[in-house]
Amino acid sequence: MLWAGWLACVALFVWCWERMTQRTIWAFVWDAPNAAADIASRAFPPRWSYMERLWAPLWDTINIATLGTLLGIAMAVPLAFLAASNTTPSRLVLRPAALFVIVATRSINSLIWALLLVSILGPGILAGILAIALRSIGFIGKLLYEAIEETDIRQVEAVTATGASQGQILTYGIVPQVLPSFYGISVFRWDINIRESAILGLVGAGGIGAQLNSSLNMLAWPQVMLIILVILGTVVVSEWVSAKVRHAII
Amino acid sequence: MSAAYPTIWRKPPQMIQARGLRIALAVGAVVYLVLAIGTIDVNWTRVIAGMERAQRFVAGFLQPDFTTRWRDISNGLMESLTMTFTSTVVGVAISIPIGVGAARNVAPRAVYLVCRSIIAISRALQEIIVAIFFVALFGFGAFAGFLTLTFATIGFIGKLLAEDIEDIDEAQAEAIRATGASWVQLINYAIQPQVMPRLIGLSLYRLDINFRESAVIGIVGAGGIGAALNTSLSRYEYSSAGAILLIIIAIVMMAEYSSGYLRKWVK
Repeated sequence: MLWAGWLACVALFVWCWERMTQRTIWAFVWDAPNAAADIASRAFPPRWSYMERLWAPLWDTINIATLGTLLGIAMAVPLAFLAASNTTPSRLVLRPAALFVIVATRSINSLIWALLLVSILGPGILAGILAIALRSIGFIGKLLYEAIEETDIRQVEAVTATGASQGQILTYGIVPQVLPSFYGISVFRWDINIRESAILGLVGAGGIGAQLNSSLNMLAWPQVMLIILVILGTVVVSEWVSAKVRHAII
Repeated sequence: MSAAYPTIWRKPPQMIQARGLRIALAVGAVVYLVLAIGTIDVNWTRVIAGMERAQRFVAGFLQPDFTTRWRDISNGLMESLTMTFTSTVVGVAISIPIGVGAARNVAPRAVYLVCRSIIAISRALQEIIVAIFFVALFGFGAFAGFLTLTFATIGFIGKLLAEDIEDIDEAQAEAIRATGASWVQLINYAIQPQVMPRLIGLSLYRLDINFRESAVIGIVGAGGIGAALNTSLSRYEYSSAGAILLIIIAIVMMAEYSSGYLRKWVK
Protein backbone atom coordinates (compact mmCIF):
# COMPACT_ATOMS: atom_id res chain seq x y z
CA MET A 1 0.00 0.00 0.00
CA LEU A 2 2.76 2.39 1.01
CA TRP A 3 4.81 1.36 -2.00
CA ALA A 4 1.86 1.90 -4.30
CA GLY A 5 1.54 5.41 -2.87
CA TRP A 6 5.22 6.12 -3.51
CA LEU A 7 4.95 4.71 -7.01
CA ALA A 8 1.95 6.92 -7.71
CA CYS A 9 3.91 9.93 -6.46
CA VAL A 10 6.88 9.13 -8.68
CA ALA A 11 4.64 8.56 -11.69
CA LEU A 12 2.86 11.85 -11.03
CA PHE A 13 6.19 13.60 -10.74
CA VAL A 14 7.49 12.18 -14.01
CA TRP A 15 4.27 13.06 -15.78
CA CYS A 16 4.30 16.60 -14.41
CA TRP A 17 7.93 16.99 -15.37
CA GLU A 18 7.22 15.89 -18.95
CA ARG A 19 4.24 18.17 -19.18
CA MET A 20 6.10 21.15 -17.74
CA THR A 21 9.20 20.85 -19.87
CA GLN A 22 7.30 20.29 -23.11
CA ARG A 23 7.82 23.86 -24.16
CA THR A 24 11.24 24.39 -22.65
CA ILE A 25 13.95 25.33 -25.09
CA TRP A 26 16.86 23.27 -23.80
CA ALA A 27 19.46 25.23 -25.74
CA PHE A 28 18.72 28.20 -23.46
CA VAL A 29 18.96 26.02 -20.37
CA TRP A 30 22.34 24.56 -21.30
CA ASP A 31 23.56 28.01 -22.16
CA ALA A 32 22.50 29.36 -18.76
CA PRO A 33 25.93 29.14 -17.04
CA ASN A 34 27.44 31.26 -19.82
CA ALA A 35 24.57 33.71 -19.62
CA ALA A 36 24.93 33.89 -15.85
CA ALA A 37 28.65 34.58 -16.12
CA ASP A 38 27.94 37.22 -18.73
CA ILE A 39 25.32 39.00 -16.62
CA ALA A 40 27.53 38.80 -13.54
CA SER A 41 30.47 40.32 -15.41
CA ARG A 42 28.23 43.16 -16.58
CA ALA A 43 26.58 43.70 -13.21
CA PHE A 44 29.81 44.29 -11.30
CA PRO A 45 30.63 46.74 -9.99
CA PRO A 46 27.18 48.13 -9.05
CA ARG A 47 26.67 51.70 -10.26
CA TRP A 48 26.82 53.55 -6.95
CA SER A 49 26.17 56.96 -8.47
CA TYR A 50 22.65 55.81 -9.32
CA MET A 51 21.91 55.80 -5.61
CA GLU A 52 20.93 59.47 -5.54
CA ARG A 53 17.98 58.70 -7.77
CA LEU A 54 16.90 55.84 -5.52
CA TRP A 55 16.23 57.72 -2.29
CA ALA A 56 12.82 59.04 -3.38
CA PRO A 57 11.51 55.65 -4.62
CA LEU A 58 12.87 54.05 -1.46
CA TRP A 59 10.93 56.54 0.68
CA ASP A 60 7.83 55.76 -1.46
CA THR A 61 8.36 52.05 -0.90
CA ILE A 62 8.49 52.49 2.87
CA ASN A 63 5.40 54.70 2.75
CA ILE A 64 3.50 52.16 0.66
CA ALA A 65 4.31 49.47 3.20
CA THR A 66 3.51 51.57 6.27
CA LEU A 67 0.35 53.28 5.05
CA GLY A 68 -0.82 50.04 3.48
CA THR A 69 -0.32 48.22 6.76
CA LEU A 70 -2.21 50.94 8.69
CA LEU A 71 -5.10 50.87 6.22
CA GLY A 72 -5.12 47.08 6.32
CA ILE A 73 -5.24 47.13 10.13
CA ALA A 74 -8.11 49.63 10.08
CA MET A 75 -10.14 47.26 7.92
CA ALA A 76 -8.96 44.02 9.51
CA VAL A 77 -9.76 44.84 13.16
CA PRO A 78 -13.55 45.14 12.79
CA LEU A 79 -13.51 42.08 10.53
CA ALA A 80 -11.59 40.10 13.15
CA PHE A 81 -14.14 40.97 15.83
CA LEU A 82 -16.94 39.94 13.46
CA ALA A 83 -15.16 36.68 12.63
CA ALA A 84 -14.19 35.58 16.15
CA SER A 85 -16.79 33.17 17.46
CA ASN A 86 -16.87 34.74 20.96
CA THR A 87 -17.39 38.34 19.87
CA THR A 88 -19.37 38.03 16.64
CA PRO A 89 -22.81 39.65 16.77
CA SER A 90 -24.33 37.09 14.43
CA ARG A 91 -23.05 33.59 14.06
CA LEU A 92 -25.07 32.72 11.01
CA VAL A 93 -24.67 35.70 8.70
CA LEU A 94 -21.80 38.00 9.65
CA ARG A 95 -19.30 35.39 10.80
CA PRO A 96 -19.23 33.35 7.57
CA ALA A 97 -19.21 36.58 5.54
CA ALA A 98 -16.23 37.93 7.50
CA LEU A 99 -14.42 34.60 7.22
CA PHE A 100 -14.98 34.59 3.47
CA VAL A 101 -13.55 38.09 3.10
CA ILE A 102 -10.53 37.04 5.17
CA VAL A 103 -9.85 33.93 3.08
CA ALA A 104 -10.48 35.66 -0.26
CA THR A 105 -8.18 38.61 0.42
CA ARG A 106 -5.51 36.27 1.73
CA SER A 107 -5.46 34.03 -1.30
CA ILE A 108 -4.74 36.82 -3.80
CA ASN A 109 -1.16 38.00 -3.75
CA SER A 110 -0.48 41.73 -3.42
CA LEU A 111 1.17 41.77 -6.83
CA ILE A 112 -2.09 40.61 -8.42
CA TRP A 113 -4.05 43.19 -6.44
CA ALA A 114 -1.57 45.80 -7.69
CA LEU A 115 -2.02 44.62 -11.27
CA LEU A 116 -5.78 45.09 -10.95
CA LEU A 117 -5.60 48.39 -9.11
CA VAL A 118 -3.08 49.89 -11.51
CA SER A 119 -5.41 49.19 -14.40
CA ILE A 120 -8.25 50.83 -12.45
CA LEU A 121 -6.58 53.72 -10.61
CA GLY A 122 -3.66 54.33 -12.91
CA PRO A 123 -0.03 53.83 -11.98
CA GLY A 124 1.21 55.37 -8.77
CA ILE A 125 1.71 54.96 -5.09
CA LEU A 126 -2.02 54.92 -4.26
CA ALA A 127 -2.53 51.64 -6.13
CA GLY A 128 0.40 50.19 -4.21
CA ILE A 129 -0.98 51.27 -0.84
CA LEU A 130 -4.39 49.78 -1.60
CA ALA A 131 -2.84 46.55 -2.90
CA ILE A 132 -0.79 46.13 0.27
CA ALA A 133 -3.80 47.03 2.44
CA LEU A 134 -6.10 44.52 0.74
CA ARG A 135 -3.57 41.72 1.04
CA SER A 136 -2.93 42.58 4.70
CA ILE A 137 -6.62 42.36 5.66
CA GLY A 138 -6.72 38.61 5.33
CA PHE A 139 -3.42 38.03 7.12
CA ILE A 140 -4.03 40.35 10.09
CA GLY A 141 -7.71 39.39 10.26
CA LYS A 142 -6.96 35.67 10.47
CA LEU A 143 -4.25 35.92 13.12
CA LEU A 144 -6.21 38.48 15.14
CA TYR A 145 -9.47 36.57 15.23
CA GLU A 146 -7.60 33.48 16.36
CA ALA A 147 -6.06 35.58 19.14
CA ILE A 148 -9.50 36.88 20.12
CA GLU A 149 -10.89 33.36 20.25
CA GLU A 150 -8.05 32.32 22.55
CA THR A 151 -8.74 35.01 25.17
CA ASP A 152 -9.32 33.98 28.76
CA ILE A 153 -13.08 33.75 29.30
CA ARG A 154 -12.78 34.35 33.07
CA GLN A 155 -11.63 37.95 32.66
CA VAL A 156 -14.54 38.61 30.34
CA GLU A 157 -16.93 37.07 32.87
CA ALA A 158 -15.46 39.20 35.67
CA VAL A 159 -16.04 42.35 33.64
CA THR A 160 -19.55 41.18 32.70
CA ALA A 161 -20.34 40.52 36.38
CA THR A 162 -19.76 44.21 37.21
CA GLY A 163 -22.65 45.07 34.90
CA ALA A 164 -20.55 46.33 32.01
CA SER A 165 -22.15 47.09 28.68
CA GLN A 166 -21.14 45.25 25.49
CA GLY A 167 -18.71 48.00 24.53
CA GLN A 168 -17.16 48.01 27.99
CA ILE A 169 -16.75 44.23 27.89
CA LEU A 170 -14.81 44.62 24.65
CA THR A 171 -12.55 47.43 25.85
CA TYR A 172 -11.88 46.10 29.36
CA GLY A 173 -12.24 42.35 28.95
CA ILE A 174 -10.98 41.46 25.49
CA VAL A 175 -8.85 44.29 24.09
CA PRO A 176 -6.20 44.25 26.87
CA GLN A 177 -5.76 40.52 26.31
CA VAL A 178 -5.25 40.68 22.55
CA LEU A 179 -3.28 43.95 22.46
CA PRO A 180 0.22 42.37 22.69
CA SER A 181 -0.53 39.89 19.91
CA PHE A 182 -2.15 42.68 17.91
CA TYR A 183 1.05 44.74 17.98
CA GLY A 184 3.12 41.67 17.23
CA ILE A 185 0.97 40.75 14.22
CA SER A 186 1.00 44.32 12.90
CA VAL A 187 4.76 44.66 13.05
CA PHE A 188 5.20 41.22 11.51
CA ARG A 189 2.91 42.16 8.64
CA TRP A 190 4.71 45.49 8.23
CA ASP A 191 7.94 43.56 7.81
CA ILE A 192 6.40 41.35 5.12
CA ASN A 193 4.85 44.40 3.46
CA ILE A 194 8.24 46.09 3.11
CA ARG A 195 9.37 43.09 1.10
CA GLU A 196 6.27 43.06 -1.02
CA SER A 197 6.14 46.80 -1.65
CA ALA A 198 9.68 46.68 -3.00
CA ILE A 199 8.48 44.68 -5.99
CA LEU A 200 5.05 46.24 -6.55
CA GLY A 201 6.65 48.81 -8.84
CA LEU A 202 7.21 46.06 -11.41
CA VAL A 203 3.55 46.34 -12.36
CA GLY A 204 3.48 50.14 -12.01
CA ALA A 205 2.38 50.60 -8.42
CA GLY A 206 5.17 52.97 -7.40
CA GLY A 207 8.23 52.54 -5.24
CA ILE A 208 11.66 51.15 -5.96
CA GLY A 209 10.29 48.33 -8.12
CA ALA A 210 9.52 50.85 -10.86
CA GLN A 211 13.21 51.73 -11.02
CA LEU A 212 14.03 48.04 -11.08
CA ASN A 213 11.64 47.51 -13.95
CA SER A 214 13.04 50.34 -16.07
CA SER A 215 16.63 49.29 -15.35
CA LEU A 216 15.76 45.73 -16.37
CA ASN A 217 14.12 46.94 -19.56
CA MET A 218 17.25 48.91 -20.42
CA LEU A 219 19.39 45.89 -19.49
CA ALA A 220 21.35 48.23 -17.22
CA TRP A 221 22.71 45.43 -15.06
CA PRO A 222 24.92 47.59 -12.77
CA GLN A 223 21.79 49.56 -11.80
CA VAL A 224 19.81 46.36 -11.31
CA MET A 225 22.56 45.08 -9.04
CA LEU A 226 22.50 48.27 -6.96
CA ILE A 227 18.70 48.21 -6.65
CA ILE A 228 18.74 44.60 -5.51
CA LEU A 229 21.40 45.41 -2.94
CA VAL A 230 19.27 48.32 -1.70
CA ILE A 231 16.18 46.10 -1.47
CA LEU A 232 18.17 43.46 0.41
CA GLY A 233 19.46 46.10 2.82
CA THR A 234 15.95 47.44 3.45
CA VAL A 235 14.61 43.95 4.02
CA VAL A 236 17.36 43.15 6.50
CA VAL A 237 16.78 46.41 8.40
CA SER A 238 13.00 45.94 8.53
CA GLU A 239 13.42 42.36 9.70
CA TRP A 240 15.76 43.56 12.45
CA VAL A 241 13.30 46.30 13.52
CA SER A 242 10.37 43.91 13.59
CA ALA A 243 12.34 41.31 15.55
CA LYS A 244 13.35 43.99 18.10
CA VAL A 245 9.81 45.30 18.49
CA ARG A 246 8.28 41.86 18.78
CA HIS A 247 10.92 40.90 21.31
CA ALA A 248 10.12 44.00 23.37
CA ILE A 249 6.37 43.31 23.30
CA ILE A 250 6.24 39.60 23.95
CA MET B 1 -12.22 64.28 56.23
CA SER B 2 -12.49 64.38 52.49
CA ALA B 3 -10.69 61.61 50.75
CA ALA B 4 -7.43 62.36 49.02
CA TYR B 5 -8.24 59.74 46.45
CA PRO B 6 -9.00 60.91 42.92
CA THR B 7 -12.68 60.62 42.18
CA ILE B 8 -12.20 59.95 38.51
CA TRP B 9 -10.64 56.67 37.49
CA ARG B 10 -8.33 56.82 34.55
CA LYS B 11 -7.42 53.84 32.51
CA PRO B 12 -3.77 52.94 32.97
CA PRO B 13 -1.72 52.88 29.76
CA GLN B 14 -1.47 49.40 28.33
CA MET B 15 1.78 49.21 26.42
CA ILE B 16 4.25 51.98 27.18
CA GLN B 17 4.51 53.12 30.78
CA ALA B 18 6.71 56.24 30.37
CA ARG B 19 4.50 59.26 29.65
CA GLY B 20 7.19 61.22 27.79
CA LEU B 21 7.96 58.34 25.46
CA ARG B 22 4.25 57.87 24.73
CA ILE B 23 3.83 61.50 23.74
CA ALA B 24 7.03 61.46 21.67
CA LEU B 25 5.87 58.36 19.82
CA ALA B 26 2.45 59.87 19.15
CA VAL B 27 3.95 63.12 17.83
CA GLY B 28 6.44 61.18 15.71
CA ALA B 29 3.63 59.06 14.27
CA VAL B 30 1.55 62.14 13.38
CA VAL B 31 4.52 63.87 11.72
CA TYR B 32 5.32 60.73 9.77
CA LEU B 33 1.71 60.32 8.66
CA VAL B 34 1.51 63.91 7.44
CA LEU B 35 4.77 63.53 5.52
CA ALA B 36 3.82 60.15 4.09
CA ILE B 37 0.30 61.08 3.07
CA GLY B 38 1.76 64.20 1.47
CA THR B 39 3.69 62.03 -0.97
CA ILE B 40 0.57 60.45 -2.43
CA ASP B 41 -0.34 62.33 -5.53
CA VAL B 42 -3.58 61.16 -6.99
CA ASN B 43 -4.56 61.95 -10.51
CA TRP B 44 -8.29 62.30 -9.88
CA THR B 45 -9.31 62.54 -13.52
CA ARG B 46 -7.51 59.25 -14.10
CA VAL B 47 -9.23 57.72 -11.09
CA ILE B 48 -12.65 58.81 -12.30
CA ALA B 49 -11.90 57.42 -15.74
CA GLY B 50 -10.77 54.24 -14.00
CA MET B 51 -14.04 53.91 -12.06
CA GLU B 52 -15.78 52.89 -15.25
CA ARG B 53 -13.14 50.20 -15.66
CA ALA B 54 -13.64 49.16 -12.06
CA GLN B 55 -17.33 48.70 -12.80
CA ARG B 56 -16.49 46.56 -15.81
CA PHE B 57 -14.11 44.58 -13.67
CA VAL B 58 -16.72 43.95 -11.00
CA ALA B 59 -19.17 42.99 -13.73
CA GLY B 60 -16.56 40.63 -15.19
CA PHE B 61 -15.97 39.13 -11.77
CA LEU B 62 -19.68 38.52 -11.30
CA GLN B 63 -20.09 37.06 -14.77
CA PRO B 64 -16.78 35.32 -15.32
CA ASP B 65 -16.07 34.17 -18.82
CA PHE B 66 -14.38 30.79 -18.71
CA THR B 67 -14.89 29.83 -22.35
CA THR B 68 -13.33 32.35 -24.76
CA ARG B 69 -9.82 32.07 -23.41
CA TRP B 70 -10.20 28.55 -22.07
CA ARG B 71 -7.17 27.29 -23.98
CA ASP B 72 -4.89 29.92 -22.40
CA ILE B 73 -6.44 29.41 -19.00
CA SER B 74 -6.20 25.64 -19.02
CA ASN B 75 -2.63 25.75 -20.36
CA GLY B 76 -1.62 28.22 -17.68
CA LEU B 77 -3.36 26.26 -14.98
CA MET B 78 -1.71 23.03 -16.09
CA GLU B 79 1.69 24.72 -16.11
CA SER B 80 1.08 26.20 -12.67
CA LEU B 81 0.00 22.89 -11.17
CA THR B 82 2.84 20.85 -12.68
CA MET B 83 5.33 23.56 -11.73
CA THR B 84 4.01 23.58 -8.17
CA PHE B 85 4.22 19.83 -7.74
CA THR B 86 7.64 19.25 -9.32
CA SER B 87 9.23 22.22 -7.57
CA THR B 88 7.90 21.15 -4.20
CA VAL B 89 9.21 17.59 -4.68
CA VAL B 90 12.64 18.69 -5.88
CA GLY B 91 12.82 21.53 -3.35
CA VAL B 92 12.01 19.26 -0.42
CA ALA B 93 14.48 16.65 -1.67
CA ILE B 94 17.27 19.25 -1.80
CA SER B 95 16.31 20.94 1.44
CA ILE B 96 16.46 17.76 3.54
CA PRO B 97 20.28 17.46 3.43
CA ILE B 98 20.57 21.24 3.79
CA GLY B 99 18.19 21.26 6.73
CA VAL B 100 20.13 18.46 8.43
CA GLY B 101 23.36 20.33 7.75
CA ALA B 102 21.94 23.53 9.20
CA ALA B 103 21.00 21.92 12.51
CA ARG B 104 23.59 22.80 15.13
CA ASN B 105 23.24 19.58 17.11
CA VAL B 106 23.99 17.13 14.29
CA ALA B 107 26.26 18.96 11.86
CA PRO B 108 29.90 20.04 12.22
CA ARG B 109 30.50 23.78 12.47
CA ALA B 110 31.76 24.34 8.89
CA VAL B 111 28.82 22.49 7.32
CA TYR B 112 26.46 24.36 9.61
CA LEU B 113 27.72 27.75 8.43
CA VAL B 114 27.58 26.82 4.74
CA CYS B 115 24.03 25.46 5.00
CA ARG B 116 22.82 28.41 7.07
CA SER B 117 24.15 30.86 4.50
CA ILE B 118 22.44 28.97 1.65
CA ILE B 119 19.18 29.23 3.61
CA ALA B 120 19.73 32.92 4.36
CA ILE B 121 20.34 33.76 0.70
CA SER B 122 17.30 31.83 -0.44
CA ARG B 123 15.07 33.52 2.14
CA ALA B 124 16.34 37.04 1.60
CA LEU B 125 15.61 37.19 -2.14
CA GLN B 126 11.96 37.50 -3.04
CA GLU B 127 10.51 35.01 -5.49
CA ILE B 128 9.81 37.73 -8.05
CA ILE B 129 13.40 38.96 -8.18
CA VAL B 130 14.72 35.41 -8.43
CA ALA B 131 12.17 34.75 -11.16
CA ILE B 132 13.36 37.79 -13.14
CA PHE B 133 16.89 36.44 -13.07
CA PHE B 134 15.92 32.90 -13.94
CA VAL B 135 13.78 34.13 -16.82
CA ALA B 136 16.77 36.12 -18.07
CA LEU B 137 18.97 33.03 -17.78
CA PHE B 138 16.73 30.14 -18.80
CA GLY B 139 14.30 31.85 -21.14
CA PHE B 140 10.58 32.41 -20.70
CA GLY B 141 8.35 29.62 -19.54
CA ALA B 142 7.58 27.14 -16.85
CA PHE B 143 11.15 25.91 -16.40
CA ALA B 144 12.29 29.26 -14.98
CA GLY B 145 9.26 29.21 -12.70
CA PHE B 146 10.09 25.70 -11.56
CA LEU B 147 13.64 26.76 -10.65
CA THR B 148 12.38 29.85 -8.81
CA LEU B 149 9.92 27.91 -6.70
CA THR B 150 12.52 25.21 -5.98
CA PHE B 151 14.96 27.88 -4.84
CA ALA B 152 12.38 29.45 -2.55
CA THR B 153 11.32 26.06 -1.17
CA ILE B 154 14.89 25.25 -0.14
CA GLY B 155 15.10 28.27 2.15
CA PHE B 156 11.67 27.74 3.66
CA ILE B 157 11.81 24.00 4.35
CA GLY B 158 15.53 24.08 5.16
CA LYS B 159 15.11 26.68 7.90
CA LEU B 160 12.04 25.14 9.51
CA LEU B 161 13.48 21.62 9.30
CA ALA B 162 16.77 22.74 10.86
CA GLU B 163 14.92 24.42 13.72
CA ASP B 164 12.86 21.30 14.21
CA ILE B 165 15.94 19.10 14.37
CA GLU B 166 17.49 21.45 16.92
CA ASP B 167 14.34 21.13 19.05
CA ILE B 168 14.23 17.32 19.17
CA ASP B 169 14.21 15.30 22.34
CA GLU B 170 17.92 14.78 23.01
CA ALA B 171 17.28 11.73 25.20
CA GLN B 172 16.39 9.59 22.20
CA ALA B 173 19.47 10.70 20.26
CA GLU B 174 21.54 9.96 23.37
CA ALA B 175 20.09 6.46 23.59
CA ILE B 176 20.88 5.71 19.95
CA ARG B 177 24.40 7.14 20.34
CA ALA B 178 24.98 4.92 23.38
CA THR B 179 24.45 1.82 21.23
CA GLY B 180 27.47 2.87 19.16
CA ALA B 181 25.48 4.00 16.16
CA SER B 182 27.19 5.76 13.27
CA TRP B 183 26.11 9.27 12.20
CA VAL B 184 23.87 7.90 9.44
CA GLN B 185 22.21 5.52 11.89
CA LEU B 186 21.75 8.37 14.33
CA ILE B 187 19.93 10.43 11.71
CA ASN B 188 17.89 7.46 10.57
CA TYR B 189 16.79 6.11 13.96
CA ALA B 190 16.84 9.10 16.30
CA ILE B 191 16.17 12.21 14.23
CA GLN B 192 14.05 11.05 11.32
CA PRO B 193 11.18 9.50 13.35
CA GLN B 194 10.90 12.66 15.44
CA VAL B 195 10.78 15.19 12.61
CA MET B 196 8.96 13.17 9.93
CA PRO B 197 5.37 14.21 10.78
CA ARG B 198 6.36 17.85 10.84
CA LEU B 199 8.33 17.53 7.60
CA ILE B 200 5.27 16.12 5.84
CA GLY B 201 3.15 18.93 7.25
CA LEU B 202 5.64 21.55 6.11
CA SER B 203 5.86 20.06 2.62
CA LEU B 204 2.10 20.19 2.24
CA TYR B 205 2.07 23.77 3.46
CA ARG B 206 4.81 24.65 1.01
CA LEU B 207 2.85 22.99 -1.81
CA ASP B 208 0.04 25.39 -0.99
CA ILE B 209 2.39 28.41 -0.91
CA ASN B 210 4.07 27.35 -4.15
CA PHE B 211 0.76 27.33 -5.96
CA ARG B 212 0.00 30.86 -4.79
CA GLU B 213 3.46 32.00 -5.83
CA SER B 214 3.17 30.28 -9.19
CA ALA B 215 0.21 32.55 -9.88
CA VAL B 216 2.45 35.56 -9.33
CA ILE B 217 5.77 34.74 -10.96
CA GLY B 218 3.99 34.35 -14.30
CA ILE B 219 3.70 38.13 -14.35
CA VAL B 220 7.43 38.44 -14.96
CA GLY B 221 7.40 35.70 -17.60
CA ALA B 222 7.95 32.54 -15.63
CA GLY B 223 4.92 30.73 -17.05
CA GLY B 224 1.82 29.48 -15.34
CA ILE B 225 -1.55 31.01 -14.68
CA GLY B 226 -0.03 34.39 -13.79
CA ALA B 227 1.01 34.83 -17.41
CA ALA B 228 -2.57 34.19 -18.55
CA LEU B 229 -3.87 36.65 -15.95
CA ASN B 230 -1.38 39.30 -17.00
CA THR B 231 -2.31 38.88 -20.66
CA SER B 232 -6.02 39.12 -20.00
CA LEU B 233 -5.61 42.23 -17.86
CA SER B 234 -3.44 43.99 -20.38
CA ARG B 235 -6.03 43.19 -23.04
CA TYR B 236 -8.68 44.66 -20.69
CA GLU B 237 -10.61 41.39 -20.86
CA TYR B 238 -11.94 41.66 -17.36
CA SER B 239 -14.34 38.75 -17.61
CA SER B 240 -11.50 36.36 -18.42
CA ALA B 241 -9.39 37.92 -15.65
CA GLY B 242 -12.31 37.46 -13.26
CA ALA B 243 -12.55 33.81 -14.26
CA ILE B 244 -8.82 33.30 -13.66
CA LEU B 245 -8.97 35.00 -10.27
CA LEU B 246 -11.95 32.87 -9.27
CA ILE B 247 -10.06 29.73 -10.28
CA ILE B 248 -7.03 30.85 -8.25
CA ILE B 249 -9.17 31.61 -5.18
CA ALA B 250 -11.00 28.29 -5.49
CA ILE B 251 -7.78 26.27 -5.80
CA VAL B 252 -6.08 28.13 -2.96
CA MET B 253 -9.07 27.60 -0.69
CA MET B 254 -9.23 23.93 -1.64
CA ALA B 255 -5.50 23.52 -1.07
CA GLU B 256 -5.72 25.28 2.26
CA TYR B 257 -8.54 23.15 3.59
CA SER B 258 -7.20 19.86 2.28
CA SER B 259 -3.66 20.56 3.49
CA GLY B 260 -5.00 21.52 6.91
CA TYR B 261 -7.01 18.30 6.97
CA LEU B 262 -4.05 16.20 5.79
CA ARG B 263 -1.75 17.78 8.36
CA LYS B 264 -4.18 16.89 11.14
CA TRP B 265 -4.37 13.37 9.80
CA VAL B 266 -0.57 13.03 9.66
CA LYS B 267 -0.27 14.15 13.27
